[in-house]
Amino acid sequence: MKAMIGQKRPKISKLARQEERQGYLFILPWLIGLFGITLFPMLFSLYASFTNYDVTSRMDFIGLDNYRRMFTDDPLFWRSLSNTLYYVVWMVPLTTIGSILLALLLNEKVVGMRFFRTIYYLPAVLSGVGVYFLWMQLLSPTSGLINTLLSWIGISGPAWLSDPMWTKPAIIMMKMWAVGGGMLLYLASLQGVPAQLYEAAKLDGASVFRRFWHITLPMISPVIFFDVITSFIGGFQVFQEGYVMTENGSGGSMNSLLFYNLHMWHKAFTVFDMGYAMGMAWVLFAIVLVLTLINMKLSKRWVYYEGEDQ
Amino acid sequence: MGSSLYYSGQQTDYRKKRVSLRQIVIFIVLALGSILFLLPLWWMIATSLKSMQEIAQYPPTFIPQTFHIDNYIRTWVAAPFTQYTLNTLLLSFFAVTGNVIVNSFVAYGFARIRFRGKKVWFSILLATMMIPGFVTLIPQYVMFSKLHLVGTYYPLIIPQFLGSAFYIFMLRQFYLSIPRELSEAAKIDGASHFYTWLRVIIPLSKPALATIAILSFNGAWNDFLGPLLYVNDESLYTLQIGLQSFRGSVQTQWNYLMAGSVLVLLPVIVLFFVFQRYFIEGMNLTAGTKG
Repeated sequence: MKAMIGQKRPKISKLARQEERQGYLFILPWLIGLFGITLFPMLFSLYASFTNYDVTSRMDFIGLDNYRRMFTDDPLFWRSLSNTLYYVVWMVPLTTIGSILLALLLNEKVVGMRFFRTIYYLPAVLSGVGVYFLWMQLLSPTSGLINTLLSWIGISGPAWLSDPMWTKPAIIMMKMWAVGGGMLLYLASLQGVPAQLYEAAKLDGASVFRRFWHITLPMISPVIFFDVITSFIGGFQVFQEGYVMTENGSGGSMNSLLFYNLHMWHKAFTVFDMGYAMGMAWVLFAIVLVLTLINMKLSKRWVYYEGEDQ
Repeated sequence: MGSSLYYSGQQTDYRKKRVSLRQIVIFIVLALGSILFLLPLWWMIATSLKSMQEIAQYPPTFIPQTFHIDNYIRTWVAAPFTQYTLNTLLLSFFAVTGNVIVNSFVAYGFARIRFRGKKVWFSILLATMMIPGFVTLIPQYVMFSKLHLVGTYYPLIIPQFLGSAFYIFMLRQFYLSIPRELSEAAKIDGASHFYTWLRVIIPLSKPALATIAILSFNGAWNDFLGPLLYVNDESLYTLQIGLQSFRGSVQTQWNYLMAGSVLVLLPVIVLFFVFQRYFIEGMNLTAGTKG
């Protein structure tokens, strides 16, 4: 065998082998990262999730006990999971529809369009603690902007961040402010839709609504799919909103902002129940993976790729 | 409606006028909407300039009665914000240099060099984008803690030099669109891949690299989780962590809290207006579907 390979090798040529070495040299930094700070930690965390690891001394193999505790013994696990699901289920469709509608408006020919696009996009580039503080002020029951505006139309607004019923809608509203990020994606794809399609449909007497439904939507469906998948995966990572916008990162009144990642954070870094926290991370990974695969499967029914017949 | 009735007598102009009515409606909707989108920022600035008494007033005012610019000075000296800024700039510097150089280097490998297993490695790269951050975050913390690096900046700097799947993907798409002939010439002259990358590809991809620079600066500037996890000494606090702990000392003094928020957000806002096209380019590259 060796001899045969040895005979074959020269045919690949010295140049090609040199090329191959160079290829690996170029991707080496990423390979080091892949093994060093991604795969190795993941393997470690998978193993640690079957132990009672606490970073310092303990690391006894306890089998599925962490997972059993999660499902049967930890009401906050379910609470945080349902908080996160609530957030994802509302946030993803609302931001998707919002950014498509905004993109449709911003795709029109109107005076000052460059200015409008800039304004609507600006909030999307702002993030971090400053934005959370800004929204905590806007949502303040008495001195906040939102309840002031609501009072103008005769509505006395809720206590938003301290009323467990309104905390998550408040967070979703904050996300809607940053809808310009998705808008820009849709805008780019709307501008790629051939004008002839609309003209032909107009000649056939198709209404605005029919043109949108039968031309625009199918043509931008790959971008919708991309946007839905990424905001879906991003939605499951929600953490800072709960950490920064509640007292001492507690998760808010009645744990209504205790998102899955926040609960995991407390397990890992407040009580150092590391094995358990890593187990939780794997459960989340599994949930996201399964739901993403379902998303991808379903996408075949509605995502239209031009020039492909898969 | 009223104006379309008004024009109904002029049959020849009908179509044109109808279109422009539609445009007027859209303009008004967009104008009202953009006021709504800007109001939060206005509110932040207005609150930051008010006195405590004015904030306590009901109903709240939209324009401060007196402009307390000194709120900003008080905020700045109430906590070591100068130190926080220098720390954040240092981390941002490493994030930008690391991300620009390394991701471009790796992306060149994926776009321009033929080697066995490339497809497999590239699919792994794409797959890693789907891993939720917390799956690696907690064990990474354990790893850095075992290396006695918790409490230093190394856990925040080192990963910036090991490539980011997302940026590598973006740059690879971009490099695939650069005509091969441009680098073939260098190759015929016997130039190495390293030379071609440095002297041909990098100059050609300046706009794309600027996008990466802007995005990674923004990312480092706004990073909260990393410093929260790895930094415990106040002298190493970044602006995000500093602002978060500043909240504890001023509690509901919204004017100071808003002044702090303005100060932290301002560089990003300025950056956005100056380098707008690179932010937008980033979104376009993200779309990826066109590449």
